[in-house]
Amino acid sequence: MKHGSFFWFVLPSVILMILFIALPIVSVVTQSLYTQHEQVIVTVENCGPFGCTEAQSVDQEATQALRDAQPLGKFAGLDVYKDRNHLAITDVARAWENSDSFRGFWNTLMNLPFYGALSFTLTYTAIVTPMTILLGFAVAIAVNSVARSLRGPTIFFSLLPMIVTPLVGALILFWMVDARGILGTGLQWLANDPTLSVKASTPMMWIMLMVYGTWSSIPFAFIVYYAGLQTVNQDTLEAAMIDGASRWERIRYVVIPHLAPLTTFIALIQLMDNFRVFEPIISFQAQAHARSLSIAIFTDLGGETRLLSSAAATSVLTIVFVAILLSPVLVRTWRDFGTSK
Amino acid sequence: MNMIKTALLGTAIAAVATTSAMADGHACAIDSGRISIIGNEFPAIQSVSALALECAAGAETASNLTADHQTLNVAGMTGNPAEYTSAIVANSSIVALINEDVIQPLDALVAEYGADIPPHQLITVDGNIMAVAFMANAQHLVYRKDVLEQAGLEVPTSYEEVLAAAEKIRADGIMENPVGGAYAAGWNLAQEFTNMYIGTGGSFFEPGTANVTINNAQGVEALEMMKALTAYMNPDYLTHDSNATSAEWEAGNVALMNMWGSRTGVLMDDEGSAPEVYENTAVGGPLTVGDSGTPATTLWWDGWTVAKNISDEEAATTFQALAHATSPALLNDETMSQAVWLMEGFEAQPVNEGVLASVAAGSTPYPMVPFQGLLHSALGDNIADFLQGNETAEQTLADIEAAYTAAATEQGFLQ
Repeated sequence: MKHGSFFWFVLPSVILMILFIALPIVSVVTQSLYTQHEQVIVTVENCGPFGCTEAQSVDQEATQALRDAQPLGKFAGLDVYKDRNHLAITDVARAWENSDSFRGFWNTLMNLPFYGALSFTLTYTAIVTPMTILLGFAVAIAVNSVARSLRGPTIFFSLLPMIVTPLVGALILFWMVDARGILGTGLQWLANDPTLSVKASTPMMWIMLMVYGTWSSIPFAFIVYYAGLQTVNQDTLEAAMIDGASRWERIRYVVIPHLAPLTTFIALIQLMDNFRVFEPIISFQAQAHARSLSIAIFTDLGGETRLLSSAAATSVLTIVFVAILLSPVLVRTWRDFGTSK
Repeated sequence: MNMIKTALLGTAIAAVATTSAMADGHACAIDSGRISIIGNEFPAIQSVSALALECAAGAETASNLTADHQTLNVAGMTGNPAEYTSAIVANSSIVALINEDVIQPLDALVAEYGADIPPHQLITVDGNIMAVAFMANAQHLVYRKDVLEQAGLEVPTSYEEVLAAAEKIRADGIMENPVGGAYAAGWNLAQEFTNMYIGTGGSFFEPGTANVTINNAQGVEALEMMKALTAYMNPDYLTHDSNATSAEWEAGNVALMNMWGSRTGVLMDDEGSAPEVYENTAVGGPLTVGDSGTPATTLWWDGWTVAKNISDEEAATTFQALAHATSPALLNDETMSQAVWLMEGFEAQPVNEGVLASVAAGSTPYPMVPFQGLLHSALGDNIADFLQGNETAEQTLADIEAAYTAAATEQGFLQ
């Protein structure tokens, strides 16, 4: 293709990408570098139905002048990134110096909000992504061997977790694992412990969230693999059968290599999705047990006083971590692309 | 001829209607300008909003009542002209609007249109009228008469007595987890700590500054009491918000709890629970903790504001309609029990006794300072660690102070 026609061909999508992807990211990065101006606080008397009290208030006129001069706020550089609610550089350094054991250092680190959230987010991503790929593949193989007449309903049934609205799906599970719900009572019976409660125990809650995460994303892996299975070369499969390959050997040596590029694709999408885990924590009311980076952003924006810079800094850190997580997969794709040329 | 008759009849009816409205002393026929209300969603606010919009039927009217109002009101009032001409707020949420400078002082409007509004309904900040309050709310004890009688107990007045009563009820085998409470991690849990800490006589900030001071003996006392109470709660208490706690009550699993006055109506009506539960549900006064003498609860008001970035005509329309909607004209058989109304003509109903007792006991209003919301968020994020036994009370309080300090520095309250 000529350079000229290539330029005009991709121009619309380049414009859209700049407008809807690049510019918002630039604005978030900018926001994270600025904080609110110093607020001029005055003591005033507030009166209402319950009498008068002395309280503090922001002196609007004094603060307004600062705001008009610099509407973006006060330039803070990386201060927000370094404060205790984010990377907590000084707290981590102090903990490293003062801890006599690695365990003590680890406990202090996990007590910091950002690292606590990061540890759950990474654990969730590291467990849910491979589980989704493995189980999705297993479901795809199983559905592919079902008799043709039953395949339609089976596919529909297998896609259900994806069709059910995530919040609703999670809420249903949340009620089922309640100490008085069917699964909760079942677990109490299995463990022979009538006081067992999934919602009261942090490890159980983590397992619950991961089970839900896997359950809700299996259909995505399944449908991608199922589409891939339809393109497996039947001649090769038959040749393998004639050579005496068992069903397992055919899957291992013919099907899996054929589906490898799809695995890369699913891993990419799932890593990104799982790193931004959010809805299950809300639906399971699990904030006391598990916090993710997205939950941290949500609480910053949902409070009575919105912490825009703090939320922006956490967003940028999330983007950075997603980029780090994806880099091995991306490098691999790049290399494959280079060799196939 | 027929047409003329009909037209005459119409005029006659209109004239009668106008006269009766005039006789009421609250002429309400606004037919120009614009009113657009944003506020929380519960029956009392729905009644106020409906009457305001009806009053301004001739003008451009809109309302958006939602539990998420706090995330929308600042954004919806920042533009010029503002999308919302009025936000219905409480003493915690008005500070965000004052901090962002999106609501206007009402002194001129009160002078022109609000001569009837009694002074105790006016909320003033530094001498400027910023809102008009119309109802009061507070958390107080709700108890089951039959359960206390069965265990041979008096109605508790302090949290120490609640603990003793809970132990007796459990020991007698009446209920396994007799204590309830909205202890869901986040806003609710922070609110319970705020109540308890005020009850111990602690103060949140160094006077006149935004420096937090909760890592002290009172802070530890408040946390220890909360933890002691959780021993008698359903083990899932960290997931129970006000709704879930009310559901536990209606299911008959709880005999003692600290609950919002605005929610007791639901607990005492005959919907959603068995007769033995709703017939025996009674409200008590606010509870105390330790010997400070201050009730461990906070007083709240709900009131309306007028946006800054709107025309004078829109402000006048909004003010008049809402002033009418929060005047005695609002009160009737249906609305009387919806809240503890602040206007004249309100007659207390049995469900309101708890809130009135809290006011009478000299409870503290929820602090109306610009940085209280940041502390509330920090409390909600950290207290669960202590209640689950992961760390000491001192460590939790230190974490809360550190989280608050970082947030307050970012917001420019601390340098």
